[in-house]
Amino acid sequence: MEPASAKLIGAGLAAIGAGVAALGVGNVFGSFLESALRNPGAADGQQGRLFIGFAAAELLGLLSFVVAMILILVA
Amino acid sequence: MAEQGKVDPMHQFMIEPLFGTDQWAIAGHNIAFTNSALWMLITVGVLFAFVAGGAKGQTVPGRWQVMVEGLVGFIDNLLAANVGPKGKKYVPYIFSLFSFILFSNVLGLLPLGLFGVHPFTATSHFTVTGVLAILSFSIVLIVGFKRHGLHFFSLFVPHGTPVWLLWLIPFIELISFLVRPFSLALRLFVAMMAGHVLLEVLSSFVISSANSGVLWGAVVGLPSFGLMIAICALEILVAGIQAYVFALLTSLYLNDAENLH
Repeated sequence: MEPASAKLIGAGLAAIGAGVAALGVGNVFGSFLESALRNPGAADGQQGRLFIGFAAAELLGLLSFVVAMILILVA
Repeated sequence: MAEQGKVDPMHQFMIEPLFGTDQWAIAGHNIAFTNSALWMLITVGVLFAFVAGGAKGQTVPGRWQVMVEGLVGFIDNLLAANVGPKGKKYVPYIFSLFSFILFSNVLGLLPLGLFGVHPFTATSHFTVTGVLAILSFSIVLIVGFKRHGLHFFSLFVPHGTPVWLLWLIPFIELISFLVRPFSLALRLFVAMMAGHVLLEVLSSFVISSANSGVLWGAVVGLPSFGLMIAICALEILVAGIQAYVFALLTSLYLNDAENLH
């Protein structure tokens, strides 16, 4: 396989990570909504933790984007 | 592979010296006044005008004053909730951080290209976000070591660590502590860059499909254009969320330094 095409295939494979991170982010907000509907009184106090979880899940998806960009543009 | 007339999604992040300053140098380092610097200055100018316009101190606040007070109160609540009463002294820093990131994210999204001015998102560069993250991280280090001295290292041994894990937990905590500035900077920079690249790629779909005929323009171009509008709305949300996450995580790290869990 040519190195250039291997790079592009690798970048495409790295994009899978973005999809998996989408599952993670959806899980964070979905679980929050589920429990917020059970106890709406406690929901507002937990928004900080909601966004911490969101940030942690999102970071891993963004890392896969970085890997793809490095493969296409730098490597 | 590269066709003629293709939209280059990375061109918008190009840093260019402005006003013929590309030869300016101090001690061999180029200090050209770039479009990034210009847009950071514009961000600061807009932010200054926003705050100055609202900081009137009237007993019955007008609309503008309510906006500014709301923003300051938001940051104040954030620090009070995450750091406690000791967090009061960080309100100016977190406020500047949050509003600088928010304003430069939003300014980079403005459709000024219609008037021939191409907005530049300063936060879509790792150098800019990296400096912001280093600033936050060094404040955490300085405050932590000043308040707690060498006791600050107990941050790496959380309460209730079993003795038989003492060889492993501090190592993991140290890694997670050292990764903080990178994750802070990387998250903001990649989130802003990915959104702008996505918009550019979709716009290239619209342009190429419209060029290849009415049928393709209707089948591919119109849905892409609709998606672009939706993504623009999402990008405004992301601009706010990323500024909030940066401020939130910085205040959590400051909480570690102040209260040493």
